[in-house]
Amino acid sequence: MTWKVEYQNIFTQTQVQGTPEWGMNDNGQMMEERTLPPFFSTLAGWFGNAQIGPIYLGWTGMVSAATFLIALNIVGFNMLAQVDWSIPEFIRQGFWLALEPPSPEYGLKIPPLYDGGWYIIASFFLLVSVMTWWARSYLLAKEQKMGKHVFWAFGSAIWLFLVLGLFRPILMGSWSEAVPYGIFPHLDWTTAFSIRYGNLYYNPFHCLSIVFLYGSVLLFAMHGATILAVTRYGGDRELEQIVDRGTASERAALFWRWTMGFNATMEGIHRWAWWFAVLTPITGGIGILLTGTVVDNWFVWAQEHHFAPTYDGAYGYEAYGYDYQGFISQGGD
Amino acid sequence: MLPKWFTNWNRDKPVDIYGPAVLVGAVGGAVLVAALLISAGQPFKTKSMQTGPRGTGMVQPEFVSEVTDIDPTIANYYSDEPFPVSADDPRASEVYENVQVLGDLTEDNFNRLMAAITQWVAPEQGCAYCHGNGGIETYASDDLYTKVVSRRMIEMTQNINEAWAGHVQANAEVGVNCYTCHRGQNVPSEIWFRQTPLGDTMEGWGAVQNRVTVQSQYTSLPSDALETYLLSDGPIGVHDFQSHVDARPWQEDTATWQDAERTYSLMNYVSNSLGVNCTFCHNTRAFYDGGQVTPQWATESLGIAMVREMNQEYLVPLQDVYPEIRLGPLHGDAPKAACKTCHKGYQQPMQGLNVIGDWPELATTGSPVYD
Repeated sequence: MTWKVEYQNIFTQTQVQGTPEWGMNDNGQMMEERTLPPFFSTLAGWFGNAQIGPIYLGWTGMVSAATFLIALNIVGFNMLAQVDWSIPEFIRQGFWLALEPPSPEYGLKIPPLYDGGWYIIASFFLLVSVMTWWARSYLLAKEQKMGKHVFWAFGSAIWLFLVLGLFRPILMGSWSEAVPYGIFPHLDWTTAFSIRYGNLYYNPFHCLSIVFLYGSVLLFAMHGATILAVTRYGGDRELEQIVDRGTASERAALFWRWTMGFNATMEGIHRWAWWFAVLTPITGGIGILLTGTVVDNWFVWAQEHHFAPTYDGAYGYEAYGYDYQGFISQGGD
Repeated sequence: MLPKWFTNWNRDKPVDIYGPAVLVGAVGGAVLVAALLISAGQPFKTKSMQTGPRGTGMVQPEFVSEVTDIDPTIANYYSDEPFPVSADDPRASEVYENVQVLGDLTEDNFNRLMAAITQWVAPEQGCAYCHGNGGIETYASDDLYTKVVSRRMIEMTQNINEAWAGHVQANAEVGVNCYTCHRGQNVPSEIWFRQTPLGDTMEGWGAVQNRVTVQSQYTSLPSDALETYLLSDGPIGVHDFQSHVDARPWQEDTATWQDAERTYSLMNYVSNSLGVNCTFCHNTRAFYDGGQVTPQWATESLGIAMVREMNQEYLVPLQDVYPEIRLGPLHGDAPKAACKTCHKGYQQPMQGLNVIGDWPELATTGSPVYD
């Protein structure tokens, strides 16, 4: 058989399909919790591993899935009730609908079901779901005798989640400060939150979060491109290349050193990526936590700390030689 | 299918035709597009209006094809110069019965205005829309609600032109008359009714937002912005003017992020009503800062106060005069006005057409001044 590996495509070109891999079973009792008999999908193979399953359920998986379904159903049925149980309206207005947090006057008290009570209940189940999933990422890593990097990375996202829905509302003294559960409504919250507190772009932790977010994207693109470019020399075997640097690593390193005078290493690039990703929600969460608690108007704060620039120039189109009749007439620019 | 010699000839003389074909196609296409752009012009030309300092992004960008469109309702606008007035001309109050508001007008000018109102508000039904079909004898009757409402609307128009010149004459003599809202329709377009609460399954903030409504301009923002700010006197500003204040969301007078959403809803409505973006009035880096707004911000603030007075003093009190069919579908409330009722999506209603120059009768609550 002759074949060649072509990595010039956007899809993975080689797929391994054969006897499904079940994973190790050191103590002979680990098969009990594994469910969903494994099978192969060519479609999945274009994007990742062609084998689907098995899934290790365990108590964390059971609790997490169950509480997530409860939370999802509370949100969904509240939305459905808002459109009089009409499925067509639910589909038409789906992106508009939301389960809103309680009204501000209830503070941290438990509100009636129809004014945020359901929101509190859904949030509780969502909290249990997320925390058990977090535990799952720890326990499964431990099972595999892996480092806990995924656990800590997920923890940074959970930090932001807890700031938004738990820590900041408690510091503000009201559950009403939490984010609505809805597609457009949570975006409305984001805009209103920024505007209410005098423009979040002047919040230095928001700035840092953006730096790490865009930095993550840049690093991801650079790393992905570099590895694909040296795959023809075995560069996709990154772990081997870490301990036994071959021509792939040499070429990749040389490329970046020639390009910008500095290069990451086969190991270091993953630490860069991990820290950039993890610092995005960590810094973002700090910024959110300070907003409305320590700083109520970020633009005024920025002026006090001398980093809001002053612009010269008048306000209003009249000052720039425009008039309305000229603007709506043909010609001109 | 193909002749044998052709197939053989192709096989014997293999030529890569795809490379040259792609090249010729690409170059040819580019030349064609360039030639079209040069000869026919850029089809999506824009023009813009700078509204603030460079570097702040304060600009009104528009497609030329859209911004230069003439408001189609202007073509049907009727206007006529006043008749000369002398002191001994008989006045409408002496000639006709039950003339409560326009009694000071001469008979000619009174009839001129009546004819114009017919064109502006009821071009199809004519005089009968307010005066009924009983002939000239019944013209003094107040039996029809349309006449009672018109009288109040004339008073409202006079008040707007007199008391709110800072808004309706902000740039030039423009003013308003019946046509500014009505545009030849019995009931003006873009009037509004109360819409909240939206259903009965929720209370609080969940009951006034997150639904596709006209009032929210089809966003998920609150649908009660117009009633809160343009019917009631709800505070529009949500900001603190110090970097830190000690305020809690549950305190009565603290502006919450929910209030910010409702203000956003109002601002979005204003924006759509005038066909402008945020930077027409604001420097978006600090929406609240009175030192970073355009003169149009002040005009707009007057407009908000004007609309509140229109709704509170003129439109809502007519509640009991209207038949049921004119009332709101959900709460049976009187029809109300807001920015879009006059502006209809244009920076200036009817693109700045002077609609008061010919109509001194509507420019003041006192006796008209002809000059």
